[in-house]
Amino acid sequence: MALPNHASTLERVWHYTYLVICALIFLFLIAPILVVIPLSFNIEPYFTFTEKMLKLDPTGYSMRWYDLLLTFGMTDPDATRNASWWADAWANANWINAAKNSVIIGFFSTLIATVLGTVAALGLSRPEMPYRRVIMAILISPMIVPIIIVATGLFFFYSSISIQDWGIPYLGVVLAHATLGIPFVIITVTATLVGFDHSLTRAAANLGADPVTTFRRVQMPLILPGVISGALFAFVTSFDEVVVVLFVGGLDEQTIPRQMWNGIREQISPAILSVATILVIISIALLTTVELLRRRSERLRGISPS
Amino acid sequence: MTDATANGAPAKLTTADGKPLKAALASAQSHARRRAFFLVLPLLAFIVITFVAPIGQMLHRSFHNDGFTMHEDIGSGVRTPIMTNLKAWFDANPAGTEPTEEAFAALAADMVVLRELKAPGQAGTRINYELSGSRSMFTKAARKANDLEAPFKDAFLDLDKDWNNPDLWRVMRDASSAYTFNFYLAALDLTRNADGSIEQVNENRQVYVTLFSRTLLLSILITVLTFMLGYPIAHLLATLPLRYSNLLMILVLLPFWTSLLVRTTSWMVLLQSQGVVNDSLVGMGLLDDENRLQMMYNQMGTVIAMTHILLPFMVLPLYSVMRPINPSYVRAARSLGATSWTAFRRIYFPQTVPGIGAGALLVFILAVGYYITPALVGGADGQLISNLIAFHMQKSLNWSLAAALAALLLGGILILYWLYDRLIGIDNLKLG
Repeated sequence: MALPNHASTLERVWHYTYLVICALIFLFLIAPILVVIPLSFNIEPYFTFTEKMLKLDPTGYSMRWYDLLLTFGMTDPDATRNASWWADAWANANWINAAKNSVIIGFFSTLIATVLGTVAALGLSRPEMPYRRVIMAILISPMIVPIIIVATGLFFFYSSISIQDWGIPYLGVVLAHATLGIPFVIITVTATLVGFDHSLTRAAANLGADPVTTFRRVQMPLILPGVISGALFAFVTSFDEVVVVLFVGGLDEQTIPRQMWNGIREQISPAILSVATILVIISIALLTTVELLRRRSERLRGISPS
Repeated sequence: MTDATANGAPAKLTTADGKPLKAALASAQSHARRRAFFLVLPLLAFIVITFVAPIGQMLHRSFHNDGFTMHEDIGSGVRTPIMTNLKAWFDANPAGTEPTEEAFAALAADMVVLRELKAPGQAGTRINYELSGSRSMFTKAARKANDLEAPFKDAFLDLDKDWNNPDLWRVMRDASSAYTFNFYLAALDLTRNADGSIEQVNENRQVYVTLFSRTLLLSILITVLTFMLGYPIAHLLATLPLRYSNLLMILVLLPFWTSLLVRTTSWMVLLQSQGVVNDSLVGMGLLDDENRLQMMYNQMGTVIAMTHILLPFMVLPLYSVMRPINPSYVRAARSLGATSWTAFRRIYFPQTVPGIGAGALLVFILAVGYYITPALVGGADGQLISNLIAFHMQKSLNWSLAAALAALLLGGILILYWLYDRLIGIDNLKLG
């Protein structure tokens, strides 16, 4: 991207304008995500920077909204903060319960999506797979079909089989979220299987390994980075999903996005911003993990960055 | 080999255990195909049960509504046919027949049944979808069902003179069969007039076509905006050395990984009238305190927030097409005398067209079905078709109309999806 020495003045001007434009677009991409972080520490219940905040005066900042996340819904929020206070928070605080539900739903839907998705991706990446194109299109379609259509379909389907009477908590939401996460697992795992050297499996078989051993000792280590990124994608999809939960989730199945949705629709309070901040930090952590995995995968498969 | 050419047919080649080679190969291949298929089968079954079947079942509602023909008791689940006498009269008389005394007698007999089943509300609601105001006529008539006496026509007209409305009788005739395409007509702002021919509804009641075209226009606008913002940064990322571009890529991927609700909330914080953008503009003196910009709860809010949210879906396909482009082509063009603009226009840009197609189709497909962001920042005029489906699901409870709208939306999206698969191939979908 370096400018050659013989560039004309006009080209130089354009080059720097171009860089400025790009910087502004990057700002457009990232600023909305970062702006909530300082605002969540606002001591006032406003959504803008107060004068004290701009002067970096510590009295303009506070942790009160994070505190509200803990105490909201507790039976006795004003008691001294000892073990029983924390037990109360763990059992009764709305946001903590929502987080528990989100993690449980996310875990099981990720498990289903990852296991089924990985096995299917192994089949799909075989050259002899019949009807590959059609099947792939069906398996990716949950990503494309508008979420409102999925949610209304599931609403009628679950009420026609009365799934809530089966006695398995979260079942409807878990199955729906697994469906929504599957395309991501398929995409990431098939991507790691592209250019997979099938002579490795043949060599393993030649040396006497049965198919299960071949999979466990030869294929799995190579595709593992893809599987983990797919699983993380599936987890994030579930962790972020609100429409299906609104349509098919029971009243006690409050998740973090559902709490946020209700909070935004009714009276948006800075407590929402502190949740948003926590979620941004989680997504930074996940992104870092996926990036590291991708590099590891490239190294394993011998694709080194040039 | 000479043998084969002499006879005109090849000699049979066999495997070591004596099987013909062709058969052995075919059986080995079909074995491999079966094995691959069995790996995919569990997932395929799962998707069909939890995804394809529910959507199919929902779409069935768009042309099947038995609200006027069948009553299901909520407690016991017993299903009883209703309006049977009226249906018999409709079957015996062709469409357009004036309702006779006989027809009103059938209606009165059906009202007695409705009253016993406590179902007049349900039957009236089905008629009310197509002729508003008729639900109360049913509940009122059913309430007085046992007092109705011959002549029935006069008895009904005493209750409400609208019982003689030819539109009502046409709608009841349509609804007496559970299968109907009237919900599709309604979803396209069409209606049937008294003689059954199709016409447009009154101009000030044409909501759906307006909303479909608004959804289409806003999605095109958002696609164009993501392209205009995405192309420069994809180009920058593709031409920088990997060390730097990987770092900058994080700025594209972080929004991609951040919760949709978080990003929508951030835009609400930024755009509201007491928000960061307005405050900065006022603070810089560019704006009077009274004339704060209204950037949220309108189309502008929807467009800004959705452009931001969908931008990574444009940048990633563009980047993956631009990265492998060999820079020496542009250099060759320059050395042959092209200006940098000509070199870009004639050499570089044509090579990126597949990426533009992939990104634009993906962004457009996702934008058309968007629900969450318009619902939160769209206000009244920034709503898209998905929001209307949700409205009919949750508020007006006209599920068949919601299903018909969903079917139209889904049909459009599947065509685009098919196009995407044809042109780009789903295998080439990449996520960072």
